[in-house]
Amino acid sequence: MTVTPKISLRGVSKAFGPKEVLRGVDLDIARGESVVVIGGSGTGKSVLIKSILGIIEADADAGTIAIDGVDVTQMRGSERDAVNKQFGMLFQGAALFDSLTVWENVGFGLLARDRSLSRRAAREQAIETLGKVGLAADVADLVPSELSGGMQKRVGLARAIAGQPQIVFFDEPTTGLDPIMADVINDLIVATVKHQGLTALSITHDMASARKIGDRIAMLYEGKLIWVGPAQDVDNSGNAFVDQFVNGRAEGPIKMQVRR
Amino acid sequence: MNPLALVGHVVLRFLGHVGRLTIFAGTALSHCLRPPIYGRLIGHQMIEIGFYSLPVVGLTAIFSGMVLALQSYTGFARFSAETAIPNVVVISLTRELGPVLAGLMVAGRIGASMAAEIGTMRVTEQIDALSTLSTNPFKYLVVPRLLAGLLMLPLLVLVADAIGVAGGYVVSVYKLGFNPSVYINSTYEAVKMLDVVSGVVKAAAFGFIIALMGCYNGYYSKGGAQGVGAATTNAVVSASIVILITNYVITEMFFGT
Ligand SMILES: Nc1ncnc2c1ncn2[C@@H]1O[C@H](COP(=O)(O)OP(=O)(O)OP(=O)(O)O)[C@@H](O)[C@H]1O
Ligand SMILES: [Mg+2]
Repeated sequence: MTVTPKISLRGVSKAFGPKEVLRGVDLDIARGESVVVIGGSGTGKSVLIKSILGIIEADADAGTIAIDGVDVTQMRGSERDAVNKQFGMLFQGAALFDSLTVWENVGFGLLARDRSLSRRAAREQAIETLGKVGLAADVADLVPSELSGGMQKRVGLARAIAGQPQIVFFDEPTTGLDPIMADVINDLIVATVKHQGLTALSITHDMASARKIGDRIAMLYEGKLIWVGPAQDVDNSGNAFVDQFVNGRAEGPIKMQVRR
Repeated sequence: MNPLALVGHVVLRFLGHVGRLTIFAGTALSHCLRPPIYGRLIGHQMIEIGFYSLPVVGLTAIFSGMVLALQSYTGFARFSAETAIPNVVVISLTRELGPVLAGLMVAGRIGASMAAEIGTMRVTEQIDALSTLSTNPFKYLVVPRLLAGLLMLPLLVLVADAIGVAGGYVVSVYKLGFNPSVYINSTYEAVKMLDVVSGVVKAAAFGFIIALMGCYNGYYSKGGAQGVGAATTNAVVSASIVILITNYVITEMFFGT
């Protein structure tokens, strides 16, 4: 008997005009599993996550995206909303609502999903979630522009997990944080994901973070996942591309497009 | 480039915009009728559009009324037709100048800020974030603005009519030597219900156009600060042009023969 994967990608492709960003991504993520996608800048990692979320329409004729075994590639309207209810997303640039206060940002999904929830109760839950990401209650009434970049990132993280989603997407959760706070956030992600049984798909450039939060690591290169394997195997993957990326060497099969 | 190809290109682009705008408006209207409706946001936009536009619209109206009285006087005095001034002032204001000037001023004030706000939300992925938080961007951003525009512009225009007539009165009575009660009586006799109603209908249409252009241009803006700047300009320019065209069409409907 096979268990239906929580997220199942088959041949997912996306081109912007003539530019093919994703060229057939295949990946299964089991319930409760945490997968980390690594890959160079501009390889389409954010595009991959946004395709799963339905923010970007993946090319319809090529491939499917299934959540709990249901193809969501063509879904629109209220059907799509129902699927999106189980998602939590941290955007690369945090994407906080700058006209709302910090707690209104964190409580936004709570209030949107449960219209009977009082603002006071939402505020309390928001402050509790802010505590989890290391932010004190006194930031709750500030607006995002009054926070540092790293603090905004953590508010974004709090907003992503506040609604108790089943699937979380983290786009570079530790970028822009100091090493200690980055490790705190790694621990938090491990705690929320592994201990609450969430399914997670994260993106990172930070290999320490990737090893810590990922059960499996996948490497995206030229629109395809060229290597997928357990996190502990990433150092001896036997794949020259992965080796070069993990060790951060300029020399190797991956050529950066720079003119000298 | 081949000039014919250029013409074709421009026409196709224009038709593409019209098509997208129509779909955008249709989607927004269909969301007006389905819950959830965000009352708080509608109220906020109504204050933003109605209350905070009062100074601009009031100033425009009072000086228009004043200059109207002055100019009519210099013209009409030649034919000893000065008594027509109250009629000219009130009818021009209620039928045309009130709605058109208020529409253009509000297009500059509100259309621009809507496009800038929504455009910034687009390029910083805040609109994407809305949909991941179970909130439809049309319901949350577009519907409150459209409804507020539709409801508040008529009120603004009624206020503008009154202020404009007062401006005409001040100039006529204190500068041109009209008898105050005669001026007021002639004004009441001159103005018909239809004049005011046509102005209010125009105002509602203009309010809808301003909000629609602001939201549409912001919603589809791309490419960072420059894109948001372009969206803002387009919102104001397109709203102003469409307002002037619509003004002719509605005038034709009410008063055309
Ligand atoms: N809306 C869009 N329109 C056109 N091209 C796009 C769009 N979004 C992304 N791209 C292109 O897709 C490619 C992949 O972008 P993406 O943001 O997924 O990169 P990434 O892997 O997340 O990089 P980074 O690590 O720097 O965040 C880029 O070359 C980008 O130019
Ligand atoms: Mg990215």
